[in-house]
Amino acid sequence: MFLLADDLATNVTDPSTNSVIVEAAKSHPFVAGLTVFALAVFVGFEIITKIPPTLHTPLMSGSNAISGITLVGAVLAAGAENNDLASYLGFFAVVLATINVVGGFLVTHRMLQKFQR
Amino acid sequence: MSPTLIDLSYLVAAVFFILGLKGMTRPKTAVRGNLYGALGMLIAVVATLLNQGVVGYSLILAGVIVGALIGAYIAITVKMEGMPEMVALLNGLGGAGSILVAGAEFWRQANEQGIDARIATALSGIIGAVTLSGSLLAFVKLAEYKFVRALKPLDGQQFYNAILGGFLLLMTLTMVFNPTQLVFWAIVAVAFILGYMLTIPIGGADMPVVIALLNSYSGLAAAATGFVLENNVLIIAGSLVGASGLILTKVMCDAMNRSLLAVLFGTVGPKDDGPSADEVYKTVKATSAEEVAMMLEVASRVVIVPGYGMAVAQAQHAVRDLTNLLKSRDIEVEFGIHPVAGRMPGHMNVLLAEADISYDLLKEMDEINSTMEQTDVCLVIGANDTVNPDARNNPNSPIAGMPIVNADKARTCVVIKRSLSPGYAQIPNPLFAAENALMLFADGKQAVVDIINALKEG
Repeated sequence: MFLLADDLATNVTDPSTNSVIVEAAKSHPFVAGLTVFALAVFVGFEIITKIPPTLHTPLMSGSNAISGITLVGAVLAAGAENNDLASYLGFFAVVLATINVVGGFLVTHRMLQKFQR
Repeated sequence: MSPTLIDLSYLVAAVFFILGLKGMTRPKTAVRGNLYGALGMLIAVVATLLNQGVVGYSLILAGVIVGALIGAYIAITVKMEGMPEMVALLNGLGGAGSILVAGAEFWRQANEQGIDARIATALSGIIGAVTLSGSLLAFVKLAEYKFVRALKPLDGQQFYNAILGGFLLLMTLTMVFNPTQLVFWAIVAVAFILGYMLTIPIGGADMPVVIALLNSYSGLAAAATGFVLENNVLIIAGSLVGASGLILTKVMCDAMNRSLLAVLFGTVGPKDDGPSADEVYKTVKATSAEEVAMMLEVASRVVIVPGYGMAVAQAQHAVRDLTNLLKSRDIEVEFGIHPVAGRMPGHMNVLLAEADISYDLLKEMDEINSTMEQTDVCLVIGANDTVNPDARNNPNSPIAGMPIVNADKARTCVVIKRSLSPGYAQIPNPLFAAENALMLFADGKQAVVDIINALKEG
């Protein structure tokens, strides 16, 4: 919901259609982000406390792969028009994040297959 | 692709990440869960490639190819014993990625960023750099490179840490009022040193805590970068990982009865004025593989308690053979896994699963303890502090109050160990000298192989 609210706030052209939530998100993008953060932390706590100790190692490598989501930011930095230092920082970020994503998901897959039997 | 569509794709990706973690709650659904996570990542990345701001694809393509090759190579070649090192390395890369992304954004937008984005940029740099240097140090410690032994914490370490922390606070404030490239990279440099300083005093049995904590940091660094870019999918994915690492950290701390602060600042529990090792070990009885085989033959229930020593000796395949042999003779076999056995959360489970031992046989500490009194033979392989009854019986012991696997409560306890050398806690273990305990002095793998041979002959 907040994802949408955040997005609508930047795209809606007719202000009269804005709801209260959209209005709030519009005035404080940082607060909207913080809301998403807090809710996601709670969702994370709820799910992860249910994961059995047997799977804690794959959980770590798998969540490592998920933290490779910085690849999204890296792609934005490396793919921008201007060829400057930031592009090269972006390039290295793409390399590192891709190692994280590919290495993380692959090694997790390798481990989990052994738990399927 | 319109920004709305991209954001919707990010929402779908976030849902897949959550479903992926949910799949991890059971071994049967875990493979699918991991694939959900990978699918979510694919959706997020493809959507980003279609962003109007992305115009040049050559750098991205080159980076993805290089990264994918390296990542795939490591993931396919790494041994299951090397998993702690691998996770430590991946944690560090996550931190480094966050620094670079925040740094790139700051290079382009330094003058247009609001105060919130400036603070987030500083936080990305701090958390990312602490994660990077801490993880690299954890990696070399786990890989046991020789030069690591020369690295010692300084005298008055906490004092220097406090100064570094003060510096970081000051420079973050400077970022708010006068954001320059110099300040950002100075923050990264100081945080890099701080990460090293925080990790250097931590070793041995505390390693699982550090790995879990750095795992959490790598997620928080990604979330901070999400605030810099005002990008929800980074915030969601980062906070999920942050929460996951934090829970694992707590599980590890509880399993050692230590507070997180005590681990981080390298303090130990109350000092033991108890008897010396020589005194404790006066009544130690040694045994042979043949004698152990005879005891196993007449047993109806056997519990195996593995520790880090089993990983070092790579005895898991031999242990699998022993398990199958015993089961074929209608002897019940189960494993008692202490949460901090090994060098990272779940380390023993992965090693035993790799050796094709069904996860149904792997029991958590509480579960195995409730059946320990009905156990004929408890076989301790390469574990020490996690089976030390002093934790239960001696309130003055440095490990007092730490939950342990009650190996001493089995009718007979056989400890396979090279020598009587102490574990990480550096204290003698009365279990080794207990009335119902026998020591089998040997390499873990060789001892198990000898027992198997004796069983087959007997």
